[in-house]
Amino acid sequence: MKKSNDKETKRNLIPIFLMGKRYDVPDSLTIQKATEYAGYQLIRGCGCRGGICGACGTIYRFPNDSKLYYGLACQTVVESNMYITQIPFFPGNKATYDLEKLEPTESVISDYYPEIFKCMGCNNCTLSCPMDIKVMDYVAMAMAGNIKEAAEMSFDCVMCGLCSARCPAEEVQYNIGIMARRIYGRHVLPKSEHLEERVQQVEEGRYESMLKDLMGMDKDQLRELYIKRQPEPDNVDEMWEPDEKKYL
Amino acid sequence: MPYTPELKNLIKKVEETRPARVERKKKGEEFTGIPVDKRQDILKKYHPDFIAGTRKELKVGASKGYAIAQEYAYILETKSRVDPDKIDLSKVAMETDVLVIGGGGAGNSAALLARENGAKVILATKLRNGDANTMMAEGGIQGASKTWKDSPYYHYLDVLGGGHFVNDPELVYTLVTEAPKALQWLEKLGMIFSKYPDGKLHSMHGGGTSRKRMHYAGDITGAEIMRTVRDEVRNHPEDIKVVEFSPAVELLLDDSGRCVGAVMYNLETEEYFIIKAKAVIMATGGTGRLHIQDFMTTNHYGATGDGLVMSYRAGVPVCFLHTVQYHPTGAVFPEQAEGLLITEKVRGAGANIVNVHGEQFVFEREPRDVEASAIIRECSKDRNNGVPTPTGKFGVWLDAPMIDMLSGEGTVAREFPGKSILFRRYGINISKEPMLIYPTLHYQNGGMEANNKGETKVPGLYMAGEVLGGIHGQNRLMGNSLLDVTVFGRIAGINAAEYIKGFAGNGNLSLDHVKKFNKEVEGAGIKDKVGPMLLPDYSNPDVRKRQLTTEYLGTMR
Ligand SMILES: Cc1cc2nc3c(=O)[nH]c(=O)nc-3n(C[C@H](O)[C@H](O)[C@H](O)COP(=O)(O)OP(=O)(O)OC[C@H]3O[C@@H](n4cnc5c(N)ncnc54)[C@H](O)[C@@H]3O)c2cc1C
Repeated sequence: MKKSNDKETKRNLIPIFLMGKRYDVPDSLTIQKATEYAGYQLIRGCGCRGGICGACGTIYRFPNDSKLYYGLACQTVVESNMYITQIPFFPGNKATYDLEKLEPTESVISDYYPEIFKCMGCNNCTLSCPMDIKVMDYVAMAMAGNIKEAAEMSFDCVMCGLCSARCPAEEVQYNIGIMARRIYGRHVLPKSEHLEERVQQVEEGRYESMLKDLMGMDKDQLRELYIKRQPEPDNVDEMWEPDEKKYL
Repeated sequence: MPYTPELKNLIKKVEETRPARVERKKKGEEFTGIPVDKRQDILKKYHPDFIAGTRKELKVGASKGYAIAQEYAYILETKSRVDPDKIDLSKVAMETDVLVIGGGGAGNSAALLARENGAKVILATKLRNGDANTMMAEGGIQGASKTWKDSPYYHYLDVLGGGHFVNDPELVYTLVTEAPKALQWLEKLGMIFSKYPDGKLHSMHGGGTSRKRMHYAGDITGAEIMRTVRDEVRNHPEDIKVVEFSPAVELLLDDSGRCVGAVMYNLETEEYFIIKAKAVIMATGGTGRLHIQDFMTTNHYGATGDGLVMSYRAGVPVCFLHTVQYHPTGAVFPEQAEGLLITEKVRGAGANIVNVHGEQFVFEREPRDVEASAIIRECSKDRNNGVPTPTGKFGVWLDAPMIDMLSGEGTVAREFPGKSILFRRYGINISKEPMLIYPTLHYQNGGMEANNKGETKVPGLYMAGEVLGGIHGQNRLMGNSLLDVTVFGRIAGINAAEYIKGFAGNGNLSLDHVKKFNKEVEGAGIKDKVGPMLLPDYSNPDVRKRQLTTEYLGTMR
């Protein structure tokens, strides 16, 4: 699979407006690639190019249309007469906290982000989310101290900042979201007991001699053991156990 | 764009064979795997690493004579971007105990552990903190956590088998024994692992695993790790200063050869400046943006191998760079999603890979290099069983709808929300329609030489993450990389903090190693090549031709 070569395929050019300035670009490109096609070399507003890092939050609209539209530049395909601006950075208030000392109380988030109560329910944050997250709703959950819902509802957040750029109450929703998720992961979800047990087993040196044996083996010996290892079948219960137990 | 009528027709063949394939899967009958002793045959014939004339021997530096991909050799054989004589080494812009270069999983983990062990840290990174391959990882993180069926012993065997038994044993030992602790550290930092109600971790198979050992956070495991460690870094602004849009371009040594900082470049003001430190941790990640053999890539914008270049100039050898990982399943359709990774978890959950006739031709969980080779073979002239795309490429089907038939309606949408939304935007429903895929450039198997404390030949210089070579031998298994960035990031942080306790002050700062390297490059007859690359050039060549300014005038270029 070769990198696509723009020249090989026939291209249908359409006008877009980058910060108000017209460029004609192929209609099959994302906003990000169209910007590069126009001649820009991106520094700000370009990160993973795969829709997850949140570097390329973008706002656009069309002539004679009062509505604002939102997307990630790397995921959104250009359309004729799009007026585009990227918001590569937006200053956001971040509370610092000691996660270990927090407790999942009703006010744990509002203690750190008292401005949460300024939310006026305009729903602009939700409307502006390129990940289709119900932002206002998770903020409401955080406000009410429902850590679980706030965490789960904000889980897909890429922290691009468009929500807070559009917020009349000056909230920083994405920082509220990550705080909720970390409290949920640390203090609400039950911790993994088998993981704890395994850490202990390793610390007690249970695997030292068997691993030292493996480390001393040549390729052929290793290959033989490798071939003989018993694979856990696909469709079995979580508690499946292998026949050979002495290396567990 | 949704599937074309031609492709929709071809999908019918996949649908015809699907019920029987699902039945076989339910009975535990799998497509016969390629025997371990036959793997080399298919690799030698079809894997891009083995294509004649694509490797080149290094002409300069500590690993002179070592043959690696041309694109790697190219960046390693460059001269510095800036004349070392012009840099005023007496002007130190910032000073710290430990300088971490790179804002990915390895860099942030290193920063946290260095801090925890008493060091002041500067974390300098090329783009924003978190614009990194770590953010992009979807599938999961390995670790033998399940006491009743798995252990570091089996993990070790799997890592070695995947790497073709040539991995560095010490590094693998450290990887598998530190794995549970690394997972527990992430859990304690509040990472949301997918769990059973009793706290037991969900886990699944990945290519080459003998036990279901891959833990995950929905289908955004890397992002969840990245967001979590980054948020913790941001909780310590006094101790960890983050400097963004400032890639390192050279390491600084002192006159006794210790690494004591770096020359940085401000991407926006275009000035160079110096950060002095007592120890440096290199965590610059991978190299997908070098587009080896013109392959499309899954990697982030800044994956240009700068850490390899800088460290090589400072005298650290490279290892295992002769193999490159192509992920078997990158999207080839629609065009807008090209190169995008379709996580291996889709195969882990039971989806077959089938050709244009709707036939299986490979077991879906071979190690990545073998799986990718089998797909390349299927689409090659030898077999002609590829599915043609509207842009003139070929791919094969990844039959995700099987997953709903195996594990219940709604499983795909629940387990793979990210990809479901993405494809839905393009008019494709991956719960009902298969995805069209082809291998894509994914991971730098090798890297810089270091021991299991992260130490290199250069005192005070540590490696962590994808830039570090040897752990994965000649081929990495899925889920072991998120693990290695966490394990070795932590280790590098701990050891760097320990090292600086005995640090009595540096000697004179020096870039003599850079001057020497520049001479060596010139001596080898290599001209007009500078590095590190910092960012790939995707600007429009036609526009470039019209950018004719020859000199700066005032503020105008
Ligand atoms: C799409 C995708 C999916 C993946 N899925 C999985 C998976 O499921 N499981 C798994 O285990 N692994 C997976 N991997 C691999 C894994 O994510 C990476 O190997 C790993 O995260 C690398 O971490 P890192 O910290 O070493 O590098 P990165 O996370 O890439 O971070 C490197 C950082 O260094 C910065 N940098 C680069 N050059 C410079 C410079 N000159 N100066 C300063 N900073 C610099 C970069 O900007 C970046 O911030 C995946 C990778 C990709 C791309």
